[in-house]
Amino acid sequence: MLCEICGKNPATVHLTEIVDDQMSELHLCEECARKKSQDMEQAFGLSDLLGGMADVTKPEKDKETVLVKCPNCGLSYADFKKIGRLGCGECYNAFKKYLAPLLKRIHGSSQHIGKSPAKFAKGLKKTLDIEELRNKLQRAIEQEAFEEAARLRDQIRQLEKKMDEENIEEKE
Amino acid sequence: MKINDLLNHSSEWLKGTGPNSDIVISSRIRLARSLSKLPFPHWANKKQSEQVCDAVVEAAGKVGFLKQTTVFKLADLDSVDKQFLVERHLMSHDHAQKTDSKAVIIDHEEIISIMVNEEDHIRMQVMQSGFNLFETWNIGNKVDDALAKELPYAFLPDWGYLTACPTNTGTGMRGSVMLHLPALVMTRQIDRVLAAIAKLSFNTRGLYGEGTQALGNFFQISNQVSLGHGEDEIIGNINGIIRQIIEQEHQARELMFSKNRALLEDKINRSFGILKSAYIISSQETIELLSLVRLGLDLGLIKHIDRARLNDLFIATQPAHLQKIENKKLTSEERDVKRAEIIRERLGVA
Repeated sequence: MLCEICGKNPATVHLTEIVDDQMSELHLCEECARKKSQDMEQAFGLSDLLGGMADVTKPEKDKETVLVKCPNCGLSYADFKKIGRLGCGECYNAFKKYLAPLLKRIHGSSQHIGKSPAKFAKGLKKTLDIEELRNKLQRAIEQEAFEEAARLRDQIRQLEKKMDEENIEEKE
Repeated sequence: MKINDLLNHSSEWLKGTGPNSDIVISSRIRLARSLSKLPFPHWANKKQSEQVCDAVVEAAGKVGFLKQTTVFKLADLDSVDKQFLVERHLMSHDHAQKTDSKAVIIDHEEIISIMVNEEDHIRMQVMQSGFNLFETWNIGNKVDDALAKELPYAFLPDWGYLTACPTNTGTGMRGSVMLHLPALVMTRQIDRVLAAIAKLSFNTRGLYGEGTQALGNFFQISNQVSLGHGEDEIIGNINGIIRQIIEQEHQARELMFSKNRALLEDKINRSFGILKSAYIISSQETIELLSLVRLGLDLGLIKHIDRARLNDLFIATQPAHLQKIENKKLTSEERDVKRAEIIRERLGVA
């Protein structure tokens, strides 16, 4: 099999990519795979995936942290460390495991007590469901179970869409 | 409403009314809110920022009790206008920098102001004279609820309202109280008080917020922590601290009054004398002297000046206010002359 990008070299890196809900397989030569990993800023940080594949050595834990990117706004954890500001609300989900200890350090707690937007009280159950799915998704990625990951991601999207629709209805 | 219309009434935070207004200047609640999915202002492109600005302005327009407001696009304001709003505490100094896609929504009583695209998409502020943080929070809470009906906030049940900086995550709330503590400063007890406050995770800042020096014995005390405590609890804690500081300032004032009256009267009347007779005066000196005259008024050592008029001088003598009053640009030297003139005039000795 030849590389799907350059069509010249034999494909030695086989990637499962999830872009906009679509899961696809990519067969690339090592050179193109490396290049793509630099170009792409997709949901599952392709460079992270690369880390567990082919003959690319697995990155150090620190390096892994730095490479995580928010799928919504593209801000990386390294960016956050540099500028001290997150990129969007979704960053809190993307960097959840790194932010939890940080929040605890800043505030002495990592559990919100206080008001919430009214519509959230209703949607709380669904939000919690989504949280659980996100955790599962994270585990699936860690275990490189990418088909499972894609399935979970679809499920999350569906739930989110449903919640958004409900919010719109509520407004109307 | 035009910006110049604000000149016709006193700034809310300097009205000098409300509970404990001899020591507490104003109570302020700030809430940070972000719109879900959209990048925070520092990370957003122009189109996204415009989208946020339009959405927030539109939402505010639908809120019944925000009808008496005016929206100012920062890009449309000149530097004096911007500084003018900062001096009135209607927006932050940061908000006046890099003005693309920024706006500020100001209610005509100057109690509520909403900054759009400051550090977070929404920074709403409610400010009232005197010591009444709970009432101020109640107003903020209502504004927030009303906006939440129109706008999808970024929120997580575990972490509350999500903000650009994790130091504001949770309630997104900062409650602050501005205090006038001349006696604690004069009796050199202030450092001890401030150190104690810092140990309890409260911040102290000067007259104009973050990074400003305590000028004219004004101190702004606010909560540092926003996650893990409910709004009422945070406000209750601030109130507890403030009550103690008020008590200490009262004691210090009484002590000076009974033990060192001559010294106190000397300082206060010298300050009054300089203000009444100066022909050139800087804004820093003005605030420091006004602070002592205010103390004299509180202690009954100075009579025959109107409190509201004195309070108004704190703000009328600020650089942008002077230029608005004169309706032209003034150099720093020209301002010092004009400032002295206005003070002489308003203290009735022109």
